[in-house]
Amino acid sequence: MTDAINAVEIKNLTKLYGANKALNDISFSVKKGEIMGFLGPNGAGKSTTMNIVTGCISANSGSVSVCGCDVLENPKIVKGKIGYLPENPPLYFDMTVGEYLDFVYELKKVKNNKKQHIAEVMELVKISDMKNRMIKNLSKGYKQRVGLAQALIGNPEVLILDEPTVGLDPKQIIEIRNVIKEIGKQRTIILSTHILQEVEAVCDSVTIIAHGKIVAQNTIEGLEEEAGGKDKYILRVIGNKEKARVLLRNMEGIKDVRVMESREENVASFSVEQLSGYDIRETLTKAFSDADMAIAELRSASLSLEEIFIKLTNTAAVEEETEEVPANDETMVETAAEEAWAEEEEVEENESNI
Amino acid sequence: MKAIFKKEFKNYFLSPVGYIFVGVFMALASMFFASGILSTQQADISLMFSDINVIYLFLASLLTMRLLAEEKNKKTDQLLLSSPVSITEIVLGKYFAAMAVFGVTILLSFIFPAIMFAFGEPSLSEVIGSYIGFVLLWGAFISIGVFISSLTESQMIAGVFTFASLLLIYFISWFEASVQNELAKKVIDCFSLLSRYSEFQSGILNIENIIYYLSFIFVFLFLTVRVIDKRRYS
Repeated sequence: MTDAINAVEIKNLTKLYGANKALNDISFSVKKGEIMGFLGPNGAGKSTTMNIVTGCISANSGSVSVCGCDVLENPKIVKGKIGYLPENPPLYFDMTVGEYLDFVYELKKVKNNKKQHIAEVMELVKISDMKNRMIKNLSKGYKQRVGLAQALIGNPEVLILDEPTVGLDPKQIIEIRNVIKEIGKQRTIILSTHILQEVEAVCDSVTIIAHGKIVAQNTIEGLEEEAGGKDKYILRVIGNKEKARVLLRNMEGIKDVRVMESREENVASFSVEQLSGYDIRETLTKAFSDADMAIAELRSASLSLEEIFIKLTNTAAVEEETEEVPANDETMVETAAEEAWAEEEEVEENESNI
Repeated sequence: MKAIFKKEFKNYFLSPVGYIFVGVFMALASMFFASGILSTQQADISLMFSDINVIYLFLASLLTMRLLAEEKNKKTDQLLLSSPVSITEIVLGKYFAAMAVFGVTILLSFIFPAIMFAFGEPSLSEVIGSYIGFVLLWGAFISIGVFISSLTESQMIAGVFTFASLLLIYFISWFEASVQNELAKKVIDCFSLLSRYSEFQSGILNIENIIYYLSFIFVFLFLTVRVIDKRRYS
């Protein structure tokens, strides 16, 4: 097996729940050693995809291969390569943490030093001192960690984590993320989530799924570039609007300048686009200070991951043309996202949990 | 399979279920032993086993109702299904765990023939036949229970439905007499677990009966595997 083989390769996967197409011909791949964020709104098909990859459910058509092995042809080999943390950690509440991990170790037919391996895994997710506690008595955060420990038993090459930080407090979220980052140094991880900061904090690449279709697969930077706005800035200057405009027009490296509405008097707002390859920020600040005008604000107008996410998932919804699209007024949101770089008012970043 | 067997067997004795099963079973058996054998002074083991009381059916449902329903309810089946074990291994592990708890009771019950051999002269072939028949009969009961447990998420429903099904089988020979249709008679005969049991009690090891019970068990375990496998496709 060469390194060129993708750790997970999904081709033309379709899954029907009755007449409802949960997955509609999706294909994507995850490179070896990558942490891939698997994003999508609720009900988009994230868990379904993960359940298919891990062999818990079967697809109607399409193929999944893990490290070059087909799931249908060699289910046992593939399952041995995967560690899976489902949305609800599959814990037996009437076992102690130690007993549970013992059981998982035997269930997965792991063949290395049992005591040492389990101790290592417990150390990694920091549950060593919980070894003799009953799982039912643990807090939600610890239960989640035991679930993660379960997935790590046997050092699987691929880890599939379905919303591993859901329901945890902020401190625990950061701890779990750090654990994931730590593990991700050696393994391939598919991390499903709808928390966008998590993707930004942890993942190397992103796959976005909406309404059973893949709408984007790229690195985070690539996505931002793809969505446009990388070379765009929002500029607000205190002083005369016309004077500022002339100054911008004559500046080198500028492709386009647009005047925008301003709420404050005596403050002029512009949307400035630079020629690619240029970085106008320095010349721009200098020019205005030479002209004795103060810059009130200069910021990149590139779309945040949230805006990209909303834009992409809504486009998919519109394409779908179903009547069952979410109740919120998506056309409004879409326009907002689309013109986010051009509007003076930015889409507030309080929509972290979409 | 070994891991699942071990976990389930241990689980029976971590919860009260294992103790209730062994305790109630032994209490009932002792009662039948006392009333049927000691008081009548007959060294006839079949007297003890022939009283397959309805309460035994209740115990069988108690033993199996949790096995698969609970896994689905708690979503722990995702762990089993994503592990490198086949569904057949999962089902067999659970089936044998339930059988092992029953086996513990059977071992304890050897005290009754031991008493009989100490104070009388029971027929050895009858004792052996009764035991083999009893184990096969229970093997069939438990396979039905495992199958029904795979159909639902609620152990309550699984328990009640298993009990009802076993009750139906218990009474099915009564229907057989009143049915005229040949085909219906044959179908009923297929499920008539108890009618074949009586031959064992007389110490007759009829290979046909043994194969009947084993295939009965096989069919229900096979159906269980199919039910779980099918759920992956729906």
